Amino acid sequence: MESARQKDRINRVIMYVILTIMAFIMLVPFAWMILTAVKTNQEAISVNPFYIFPHSGWHWENFAKVWKSYNFIILYKNTLLMIFFRVVCACLTATMAGYAFGRLNFKGKNLMFSLILVQMMIPSQIFIIPQYLMVSKLGLLNTISGLVFPGIVTAFGTYLLKTGYQGLPKDLEEAAAIDGCNIGQRFLKIMMPLTRSSMVSLGIFTALFAFKDLMWPMIVCTKSETTTLSAGLAKMQGQYGSDYPTMMASAVLAIIPMIVIYMIFQKQFVEGIATSGGKL
Amino acid sequence: MKASNKLSAAAKSEARWGWAFIAPTMLGLFVLNFYPAINTVYQSFCKTGDFGRGNTFVGLANYAAAFSAGETWHSIWNTIKYALIEVPFGVCIALVLAVFLNKKLKGTSVYRTIFFLPMVCAPAAVAMVWKWLYNQQFGLLNNIFHSNVAWISDPHIAWISIGVIGVWSVIGYNMVLFISGLQEIPGDYYEASSIDGATGIRQFFHITVPLLSPTTFFIVQTRVIGALTVFDLMFMVIDKTNIALQNTQSIVYLFYTYAFTNGNKGYGATLVVILVAFIMLVTVIMQQAEKKLVYHA
Repeated sequence: MESARQKDRINRVIMYVILTIMAFIMLVPFAWMILTAVKTNQEAISVNPFYIFPHSGWHWENFAKVWKSYNFIILYKNTLLMIFFRVVCACLTATMAGYAFGRLNFKGKNLMFSLILVQMMIPSQIFIIPQYLMVSKLGLLNTISGLVFPGIVTAFGTYLLKTGYQGLPKDLEEAAAIDGCNIGQRFLKIMMPLTRSSMVSLGIFTALFAFKDLMWPMIVCTKSETTTLSAGLAKMQGQYGSDYPTMMASAVLAIIPMIVIYMIFQKQFVEGIATSGGKL
Repeated sequence: MKASNKLSAAAKSEARWGWAFIAPTMLGLFVLNFYPAINTVYQSFCKTGDFGRGNTFVGLANYAAAFSAGETWHSIWNTIKYALIEVPFGVCIALVLAVFLNKKLKGTSVYRTIFFLPMVCAPAAVAMVWKWLYNQQFGLLNNIFHSNVAWISDPHIAWISIGVIGVWSVIGYNMVLFISGLQEIPGDYYEASSIDGATGIRQFFHITVPLLSPTTFFIVQTRVIGALTVFDLMFMVIDKTNIALQNTQSIVYLFYTYAFTNGNKGYGATLVVILVAFIMLVTVIMQQAEKKLVYHA
């Protein structure tokens, strides 16, 4: 018994060691990003001696400089608006369609739902050229609408919400039907509020996807004052790639909002990803 | 008679509501996805005129050009090589971490938060940081290890370096899915086997791995498709002037270059159709493999 307990303790130690080493590896890029961001460029490219920590003090003002000179406020605004409209559109259309697919019976439903499944199987790259041509014809290049365009509806979200609605008990709705509620009232007042967790999952998934997406904003928003954080970074790297503290400060500024949101809503993020399992 | 009339009226009303509710989504899917998919296939048979104007039908000319170009095959192979690093390592490391974090250890939430962190970061920023870490002259890696490796410009190494970024980025995502899969395995299995004297590692291979195989399969499938469509990492890390470009650029990177940098939409469409056909093939193969490999309780 004593040796079993000892063995258990050794196992625990081994697990902690492996976890800690991995955690360290995961954090090194973040640490290096911040440490570089507060150096002067001379320090960043000094090899002999090589500085891990800033030598001439921590230059936090680098962030302020970058913030001003690259118009981060506009990048933030564009990214935020894109995310906001994509989340609203996705949740709105998906909750309606999800309810219809999950709880109503009508002719043609199965055929339409099979189309949803087909869309989920097709890699999205095949849509991009025509979507770009449409945005261009509609005169929406370099606009928020152009950024939102491919995310107005979501097959994945519809599937997710349908699963959510199917999981709800049947008698809830039947009781409301007896009370004389029509389908629209039942949907709005009874069913939709109950799928809140699925909606939160979809919202988080949509927001993360939009935030991380690089190719679409690069294609439709080529001007630096109309683009998003991701695409803005790509642009900056092309122009000022060798000013490392500036680049790292921009990278920090670009990821910090999502990290803060993640820290606050950690439980929802983790659950959202675990339940939706969407391809990010 | 009256009752059946009423019933059909109710059914009719239900159908009206149903179609009204799915109308926005279906309409959107037709305009934004189905029409574009067909249009891309059509464009792959066309030559794009100057300034992106006017399509001339050229039959299979784009396909002939794509299949005879060395860079197409190179990029397909590069994409497969990336997947061969990202998927196995990303899945195995994540599985080990998930099993550890699923034990009742103190501080698991801190570790989980850290491992998941890369998932909420824009790949553009992640790639920028890694590019800087890999920098041959001033980078952290070479200066710490006193080496002089051209991590991202030596064609023999660069694809591995990019694969490492991919693994780093995706571990947390796989881990979260594994943890939720692990929590569905009933604890009785472990208790029963403990009484029989099975230890941690035997339990892992005899209980955890088979019972987790549906989750594992789901993760592998999503990650394979994700890896085959990789773009951001290569695009951000490998410049157009990098001599390792030929040995690292993915098929989507090549597609982006032709369709949007060079404005040759027809040829870009051809590349993307080839990619989609390839992914469909891989998906079918994986579906077949699922029947053999996944344990259904």
